Amino acid sequence: MNWITNFVRPKLQAFVGKKEVPDNLWETCPKCSQMLLKRELENNSFVCKHCDHHFRISAKQRLSFFLGNNFMVMDTPKVKADPLKFKDNKKYSDRLKEAQKKNSTYDSVIVASGTIEKKKVTVAIFDFNFMGGSMGMAAGEAIVTACNYARNNNLPLIIFSSSGGARMQEGILSLMQMPRTVIAVNSLSKTNLPFISVLTDPTTGGVSASFAMLGDIIIAEKDATIGFAGSRVIEETIKEKLPQNFQKSEYLIEKGMIDIVVHRKELNKKISDIIEFLT
Amino acid sequence: MQNFLDFEKPLLDIQSKMEELRHLKDNSENIANELSNLQEKFDKKLSEIYKELTPFQKVKVCRHQDRPKFDDLVSKIFDKSEYLSGDRLFADDTSLKGCLAKIGNKKFLVIGNDKGKDIDSRVKNNFGMAKPEGYRKAQRLFNIASKFNLPIVTFIDTPGAFPGVEAEDRGQSEAIATSIKKSLMVRSPIFSFVVGEGGSGGAVAMGMGNKVVMLEHSIYSVISPEGCASILWRSINHSEKAAENLKLTAQDLLDLEVIDEIIKEPIGGAHRNVNETCDLIKDCLERITEEFENMTPEEIILHREKKYLEIGNKFMEN
Ligand SMILES: [Zn+2]
Repeated sequence: MNWITNFVRPKLQAFVGKKEVPDNLWETCPKCSQMLLKRELENNSFVCKHCDHHFRISAKQRLSFFLGNNFMVMDTPKVKADPLKFKDNKKYSDRLKEAQKKNSTYDSVIVASGTIEKKKVTVAIFDFNFMGGSMGMAAGEAIVTACNYARNNNLPLIIFSSSGGARMQEGILSLMQMPRTVIAVNSLSKTNLPFISVLTDPTTGGVSASFAMLGDIIIAEKDATIGFAGSRVIEETIKEKLPQNFQKSEYLIEKGMIDIVVHRKELNKKISDIIEFLT
Repeated sequence: MQNFLDFEKPLLDIQSKMEELRHLKDNSENIANELSNLQEKFDKKLSEIYKELTPFQKVKVCRHQDRPKFDDLVSKIFDKSEYLSGDRLFADDTSLKGCLAKIGNKKFLVIGNDKGKDIDSRVKNNFGMAKPEGYRKAQRLFNIASKFNLPIVTFIDTPGAFPGVEAEDRGQSEAIATSIKKSLMVRSPIFSFVVGEGGSGGAVAMGMGNKVVMLEHSIYSVISPEGCASILWRSINHSEKAAENLKLTAQDLLDLEVIDEIIKEPIGGAHRNVNETCDLIKDCLERITEEFENMTPEEIILHREKKYLEIGNKFMEN
């Protein structure tokens, strides 16, 4: 008996080619305020060469850092847009279209399979640029798809999270992605396939409080913000100043919440090593 | 005197008039007639108001301080109970309570939020917002239920998990995630009742029922209308609009096929008749318990997984 019914056969999809970054574009490091040449920054995995600040990167950039050029992006189930007909100052359906256009992705999670240091893996990646990486029905479906693919093909699963939490505009249906994704990753615990959860900046709310905290191994990228409640909400609730470094990767490892804090440039090697240990 | 909500002003006016008349200590027929007229008027107005509550009015009703609390529910629904404490790791979080309980010979394990009923208990219980130790106590109780094959009843009434430094330090995210995971793996059936406020991840951690039932005026939401308004509209003045957009009422959730059933509340809301409300919950619980009596633990787990995986199916393309 098996609950995978809507497994979608992966399709090879043309991946949007890398745009060349012009030589003269500059970016300011939000941490040390130094000016950085954009091309240099990109060649340095979007890490500040002065202070090691890890810039947020898109899911596509993450994918190419992680799997190089040799991967296949999977089709994930499509959701009827805007199930609640949600409208604040703007219609949710319009916000969604804008985000799709801006990011040229369907929703906030990309699922792919490929090879890392000769090991085949399944990977799901959240894109913070896509409505704050929020998890609605489409993202939930993507995680379910990734878990099913990993299981059916006997592959380790790596999920890179970067999300503010559940997508408010899908209301209770987004909240229900918490149990749905938990069921999905839990199906791997009945196998001996590793699920490595990689928490990147930021991982909070309904994402951190569901599958992301359930990895066999939990890795946090350096300098990432990870937590359940947002720091502003906490400050307003307790009316006190927050501890230094609060909710940062380096703080969480001291509290015993994660296994390893890893620099972006060492991430591939580290993940590959762990897969080696566990398989 | 009852605590009236802002939209119950007409009721308060009628009630005040009645109080005045009673104050006269006049036993004449005129006064008696007037009082009974006013009572009739009150009852009519009450049922009118409660027939058409807006989503935001329901938000207020579900948070009413006189709504049935965990101890009321346990003492009025069950014949016998034994409270259990602590997570064995850090502390006992009294905002999330648990007990062994019986109706006749039928045994249950009951877990629920407790917002508290007076200032002291509300402060002590963080207004119903559990900390990691609360969820870890729940996990311990899930395991007991699983081992001894006790059906679990959960009563949900929480604004959400507690947002605080210590809660974060002790792993609020992990505690909620693991509660969801462990409750989904429980070998006995779970029956979840949203009796007041079903707030976000804190509610999900306790809400993984094989059956999920909501009281008529309760809500269940990804975020509070105030939180949603302050993020999307940048002001809590838009909470009413947020409440409408979020589709958080019991009726919305039944339409969206997220919950299984709604228990109609006494006229004027559960807080006006806690006894009757508890009777209605008890009837429902006894009925749904029977549906799961002949299922094996494997079937029960599968039933739960399938239920949650199928949520949202009607919004999938093709
Ligand atoms: Zn820098």
